[in-house]
Amino acid sequence: MIEAQQLTKRYGEKTAVDGLDFTVRPGTVTGFLGPNGAGKSTTMRMIVGLDAPTSGSVTVNGRRYARHEAPLQEVGALLEAKSVHPGRSARNHLRALALTHGIPRRRVDEVVELAGLGSVAKKRAGAFSLGMGQRLGIAAALLGDPQTVMLDEPVNGLDPEGVLWIRNLLTSLAGGGRTVFVSSHLMSEVALVADHLIVVGRGRLLADTTVRDLVRQAGGDTVRVATDDPARLRDVLAGPGVEITGRIGSEELQVTGVSAREIGLKAAEHAIPLFELTTQAVSLEEAFMELTRDAVEYHGSTTGTETSGSAA
Amino acid sequence: MSTLTATPKTPETPETPETAVGAASRPVHRVTGRRVLASEWAKLWSLRSTWITLGLGLLFLVAFGVIAASHYTSNIDSGRHPDRDFATATAVSLSLFGTNFAQLALGVLGVLVTAGEYSTGMIRSTLTAVPRRLPVLWSKAAVLGAVALVLATAGAFAAFLAGSRIVSGTPAAMGLGHAGVVRSLLGAGLYLGLVGVIGTALGALLRSVAGGISVLVAAFMLVPGLVSLLPTSWQGHIVAYLPSHAGESVFALTHDPTALSPGAGLVVFLGWTALALAGASYRLLRGDV
Repeated sequence: MIEAQQLTKRYGEKTAVDGLDFTVRPGTVTGFLGPNGAGKSTTMRMIVGLDAPTSGSVTVNGRRYARHEAPLQEVGALLEAKSVHPGRSARNHLRALALTHGIPRRRVDEVVELAGLGSVAKKRAGAFSLGMGQRLGIAAALLGDPQTVMLDEPVNGLDPEGVLWIRNLLTSLAGGGRTVFVSSHLMSEVALVADHLIVVGRGRLLADTTVRDLVRQAGGDTVRVATDDPARLRDVLAGPGVEITGRIGSEELQVTGVSAREIGLKAAEHAIPLFELTTQAVSLEEAFMELTRDAVEYHGSTTGTETSGSAA
Repeated sequence: MSTLTATPKTPETPETPETAVGAASRPVHRVTGRRVLASEWAKLWSLRSTWITLGLGLLFLVAFGVIAASHYTSNIDSGRHPDRDFATATAVSLSLFGTNFAQLALGVLGVLVTAGEYSTGMIRSTLTAVPRRLPVLWSKAAVLGAVALVLATAGAFAAFLAGSRIVSGTPAAMGLGHAGVVRSLLGAGLYLGLVGVIGTALGALLRSVAGGISVLVAAFMLVPGLVSLLPTSWQGHIVAYLPSHAGESVFALTHDPTALSPGAGLVVFLGWTALALAGASYRLLRGDV
């Protein structure tokens, strides 16, 4: 369980994290989404006490991280930047971390195997590829068999097999009752594993929601309907939970809360001619782009076609 | 590949609770001062740079002592008027000639131990494991100080045993039994151990290998050269208290009236060490990493 209250971090003039309030609950995978520079990494660094909040607070299982007696058993963190001495072998790196907690050597061997580092454990970490470095970081995060696992952009640099491995790992950790908090700037990646989403932009909370709600909020279940007599169709469709919008004088209506099929049936029943009946499917990526449109730090020049798939 | 919970390879040991998913029954592994010390000890020896700098330190200490002693002996033997530098030379001062160079190696190792973690990013792993932070600094200083002390003391005795054999039969000849020799050699070991500790403190304070080494070189090698430019009336008052001069008086065999006594020198040098560590603690506790 991670709880942030009015968490704020300023670096001089610049506010990296601006009054964040959120809770990450056990037993699910919570995705932490936002464009680059949204404050995700800073937030994660504050959670493990590497950065001190300018104001507000963040606790792990009810206490500040540094107050725990066995911090590695509370939170296992993979941070964005390399956090390894390149001159030390993978096993020696893990061993040194384990020694601070008196974690047995056996557990070091376990996480080496778990992360698939068995064959390179004696190699200098500096000689590791990006993907191997990520695996070493994840091995370190799992070392204390922590209650909360927090990974910053874990799939960066991983090959497809590694990406799949991460996905399965996250799902299984959450299935075991752990709190899993994983950041990404790619909605498509997070949507595959996360149940819950915390979306930030420019340090502010944009959404604290579920994957399904996010799509719905972005207008995912809207039906566009064009008709001869919009006023009469409005009356026919009106009901609890149904929302209808449309410009005056336009033949077009936007309807939520009723499926295209029901609209068609109702219209036929009342003999209202329809010219168009379209369900507007909004992809998660589009929903995310819509949400963070104003919060993107660095806009690329979009002289060509606006592609919704490109990562911010 | 996608085995998720680590299955212990030895099923005959069912009591491997760390691997159990249920958190309630697993043992708590607390962070203690002794464990952080063990971690820092393991970290020190798992880097090649440690072996190299320690080797260099020992080499400088012994080799330069032998070279100085040989130079002195050949100077005497040649029958020429001895160099001014050699007029007051003793077997101790000749064989400890390498201290100047050994202190650089040990101080640099100290800087590497702390500042090296910042330059590589290792510090993030270290402080995530020990978020209270201060035990890391104490452990690094203690481990490096102890290792440097042992190595330097051994080196000082080795240099003296070799050097005193070379200068035997000259005016500088001296044995271990000579008054003050053992104290002087132990003092050199202690001094070099503390230089290592100051190195760790400087590294933690400046968070930069280059910065730490620069300050170290300035404090121990440049400042002593520059003070000769100061008015002589200052010498007794200020200069004797500088880290370089106070440190030197810890292992000086002959007491120079302008310098501190070995005991006072040690107290002053400990004061400098404490100051450096205090600065490092302050920076460690306050700063973001």
